[in-house]
Amino acid sequence: MMEAFQQFLGEFLGESGALAVWTLLKIVAVVLPLLGAVAYLTYAERKIIGFMQVRVGPQRVGFKGLLQPIADALKLMFKEIIIPTGADKTLFLLAPVLSMIPALAAWAVVPFNDTLVIADVDASLLFVLALSSFGVYGIILAGWASNSKYALLGAMRSAAQLISYEIAMGMALITVLMVSNSLNLGAIVGAQGQGMFVDLGAGFLSWNWLPLLPMFVVYVVSGVAETNRAPFDMAEGEAEIVAGFHVEYSGMAFAIFFLAEYANMILVSALTALLFLGGWLSPVGFLPDSIFWLFAKIAALLFFFLWIRATFPRYRYDQVMRLGWKVFIPLCFVWIVVVGCWMMSPLNIWK
Amino acid sequence: MEFKSFVFYLFSLLAVFGALRVVTARNPVHAVLFLVLAFVSAAGIWMLLEAEFLAITLVLVYVGAVMVLFLFVVMMLDINIDRLREGFWSYLPLGATVGALMVLEMGVILAGSYLGLFEHAIGAGSGESNVKAVGRLIYTDYVYPFELASIILLVGIIAAIALTGRKPKAGNKAIDPAQQVRVKASDRLRIVSMPIEKQE
Repeated sequence: MMEAFQQFLGEFLGESGALAVWTLLKIVAVVLPLLGAVAYLTYAERKIIGFMQVRVGPQRVGFKGLLQPIADALKLMFKEIIIPTGADKTLFLLAPVLSMIPALAAWAVVPFNDTLVIADVDASLLFVLALSSFGVYGIILAGWASNSKYALLGAMRSAAQLISYEIAMGMALITVLMVSNSLNLGAIVGAQGQGMFVDLGAGFLSWNWLPLLPMFVVYVVSGVAETNRAPFDMAEGEAEIVAGFHVEYSGMAFAIFFLAEYANMILVSALTALLFLGGWLSPVGFLPDSIFWLFAKIAALLFFFLWIRATFPRYRYDQVMRLGWKVFIPLCFVWIVVVGCWMMSPLNIWK
Repeated sequence: MEFKSFVFYLFSLLAVFGALRVVTARNPVHAVLFLVLAFVSAAGIWMLLEAEFLAITLVLVYVGAVMVLFLFVVMMLDINIDRLREGFWSYLPLGATVGALMVLEMGVILAGSYLGLFEHAIGAGSGESNVKAVGRLIYTDYVYPFELASIILLVGIIAAIALTGRKPKAGNKAIDPAQQVRVKASDRLRIVSMPIEKQE
């Protein structure tokens, strides 16, 4: 059916025109559900944290509060965007955009199953890393352009945190690259679908999380820190710096920062699912591989994000830095050497 | 015009515009951002040359890390633009000489490859993945220069730590975090049993 549709487009618009329209349609097919997921992730967060704290959460708008995200969006859209005195107006308005774009653009190379991917490039993992390193500009510029002390302090903190944990994150990924022999996300998932346990019908034991367990932990914790989520939400720190870098933002400009945070959460969860939890592969032999496994894994990881937010108190800033630089990075160095020796030894399980 | 050349001219224009604005922008933060624009455009041009590994690394290293630190420094400084511009004419001859030298050097490289005077290690369109080709060359033919570069970097890291790393001062009350984490309630809290007071 899709081929027929492509042919139909080709007759109307010519080859290159059809390709452009087809790619645009693919992008829309990824971004629209993603934005929907972002909106309902905020709802899920309020409901789940409410449940954990023995409250009910939103329940008034729509059945069981299901229309709450839409009501919130409408409210924020009709609010005034206040630009502080002395603020750099261009950068002030550019900053939310800069924080949102990387979170969406990275999905261009994220595969959903063997064939379902917008752009299947060789270095897709590097591409994702490069884009996620872009996200810090939105935060720094928001802090600086606001012309406010609290915003600048918040921006400094979270930029320092992002840079530190990006290193730990990249280091953790090096071991994944070593064992899967590729920078392509699809190939990394494919490499997890082979091995002794797959033949025994227990595929979930051959995924990267088990042999690379320390790196899995480092990656997930760094992912939480990268998205500025509790318990690493130094950028917010209500008690210390009011709300951090977006303290001067209101209305839709604030909402975009909020959406970017949730879009980043979904992106980090998807990457963790692909890199360590076997992506779309089925955990057991008697069930087929399917895209639903990927969604289930992303959902489980998102639940984990919400769960730790409800459970842990906020880290102290110097301890966040210590964890990143003095614990995770040395651990990654050691584990890269360990995995290297393991791969060279006769016990290599990744042949 | 072919689409590819359109993209090339678009990115080149953006890169040149960004580079010019780096020098002419009055606000240092804006200048840094224009430098980022120039880097991203250059990465786009590399991508067009099918050097995707270099392009992504340029974005990852320069845009993602180096420029963020630049931005940090520039944001924290209280720069007085007029004082910076004072010595413009006296520094111009030196700056112009350096600039001319750089143009000359680039001209040699570009003219050399245009006339086909260099041998190419990686042929364009060889079908091999770019990352693989770069990796193979780095770790086989060029392994000694590459390791030498890594040693220079290591020396740089150690030098930076030696220059900035300080022992805590004498009166410093900082506690080792590992010690803090190990603290138990019984270390800090003593439960005293009190006799019940007489009720009236």
